[in-house]
Amino acid sequence: MNKKVIMTVAAMAIGVSAIAGSIASAGPAEDISAFQTYFKKRFADTEFSDFKNGVYSIHKPSREQWESIEDFPPYELAIDNGSEMWEEAFANGKTYADCLGKDVSAIRARYPHYDVEKDTVATLEDDINKCRVANGEKKLGWKKGAIADLSAYIASEGRDKPVAVKLPENEKALAWYEKGKNFFYAKRGQLNLACSDCHVNYSGRMVRADTLGPALGHTTHFPVYRSKWTSMGTLHRRYAGCNTNVRAKPFKAQSDEYKALEYFQTLMSNGLVFNGPGARK
Amino acid sequence: MAKKFKTRLKVKEKGGKVNVKAIVSHPMLTGLTKDKKGNKIPEHFIQEVIVTANDKVVMTANWGPAVSKDPYISFDYAGKSGDLVKLAWTDNQENTGEAEKKVK
Amino acid sequence: MKRRTFLKNTLAVTATGTAVGTGLISGNALASEEKANPFKATSLEDALKAAGITEHEASDKITVKAPDLAENAAVVPVEVSSTLEGASEVRIFIAENPTPHAANFMLGEGSEALVKCRFKMGKSSDVIGVFKVGDKYFSAKKAVKVTKGGCGG
Repeated sequence: MNKKVIMTVAAMAIGVSAIAGSIASAGPAEDISAFQTYFKKRFADTEFSDFKNGVYSIHKPSREQWESIEDFPPYELAIDNGSEMWEEAFANGKTYADCLGKDVSAIRARYPHYDVEKDTVATLEDDINKCRVANGEKKLGWKKGAIADLSAYIASEGRDKPVAVKLPENEKALAWYEKGKNFFYAKRGQLNLACSDCHVNYSGRMVRADTLGPALGHTTHFPVYRSKWTSMGTLHRRYAGCNTNVRAKPFKAQSDEYKALEYFQTLMSNGLVFNGPGARK
Repeated sequence: MAKKFKTRLKVKEKGGKVNVKAIVSHPMLTGLTKDKKGNKIPEHFIQEVIVTANDKVVMTANWGPAVSKDPYISFDYAGKSGDLVKLAWTDNQENTGEAEKKVK
Repeated sequence: MKRRTFLKNTLAVTATGTAVGTGLISGNALASEEKANPFKATSLEDALKAAGITEHEASDKITVKAPDLAENAAVVPVEVSSTLEGASEVRIFIAENPTPHAANFMLGEGSEALVKCRFKMGKSSDVIGVFKVGDKYFSAKKAVKVTKGGCGG
């Protein structure tokens, strides 16, 4: 009882430090529960499963525009390109299926995950490029273009699979989790904002003409076709953009920081389903 | 790499009408944007779109660069299952594209 | 300050002088050629004129569906439709765009008078749909606001 009350009050009035304080002593499972309960309460009219649609689950006017776009979303072009990439063999005759598995529909839901052997967080894009390098091909750019197309195809095949990231099972995995969690709650940039400031405390409120989307469901719909980019982009492309927006120096795509953040954020969305690729403004 | 301007076409019969919608992978440049060096990028946009059903024209459109990148169009015509719908377009740099689908 | 005023006056004089001298009067042919293509017209009036629309009557039998506040100005979903009998051609104008005439659609026999498309908008503007019925024009409009996003653009 006490934890939930503290969460709500702190989030509404006191600020970041209080939340971080109350969570610091809890484990990932409790964090997820507190996190999701907060949003369920804050947006009581939203169906839990709808949080995967981000701001569109809490703001009707933008939802209507999104639904118009979804009538024939531009990311379908990326899916087409991605499926061609999937079918094409590397110079050495091997294919992506040889690395990632033949069942394309099972791939998306495996990421991100903690890799025990390498003590790192494995992401879809990272494994795509690892596959290429292992088969004598050049790496693809991390943020857009071909990698986003292939990721879009894989995401579309894996749509509606549950988000069920394994909870950290040992110290090292927990360290990655904490790294991501701290990143999420830490202030940064000239504007001195934490991810949580906009996407937890002020989610649903406006910043100039934009309504802030809730962090719950943040990573489920990637890669994404953003109207702003008029192109596809990966999650780490968005992370970099968002950090730049608060006038913080962005980290590199697939850096430890962003991998940890992806790990933390996806864990927080356990219970939702993957619904990529997405269309956003 | 050759420029590819993919045209994706969808046709769906619903209640005596056929909905035709399409999206084309096309930059739709206005000619008002600049590249990294500060040079104006020349306008490049789809100018004409023609849609036929069983070789009869059901819609033609003239577009300017105000149409969004990766342009979309949707309209309905009095059609039925079995119709062969074709969509073709040309842009101001003499590129063309087309797609066809049979209404299920 | 004296110098600036001097220059300003000089320019003003020169401009008028040039206009009368070489001008636009004799350059009519060129001017009208540019005007003839509605896509090139830079004002709503010129665009309508170039499209041959001398007058258009507001009609409640035409609907222009567009968002009150566009999520993103580069991709604004617009739907124009009409229940008027014989509506065969529709032109879409975005009044405040550098070239307001955005698109026109000729609907073949048996096609519904409804079309959906997505447009770029330069700033807050009326989106106007003008349908041709016979040799008359009917229109409706929707004001769409476009603002700078909150997350830095």
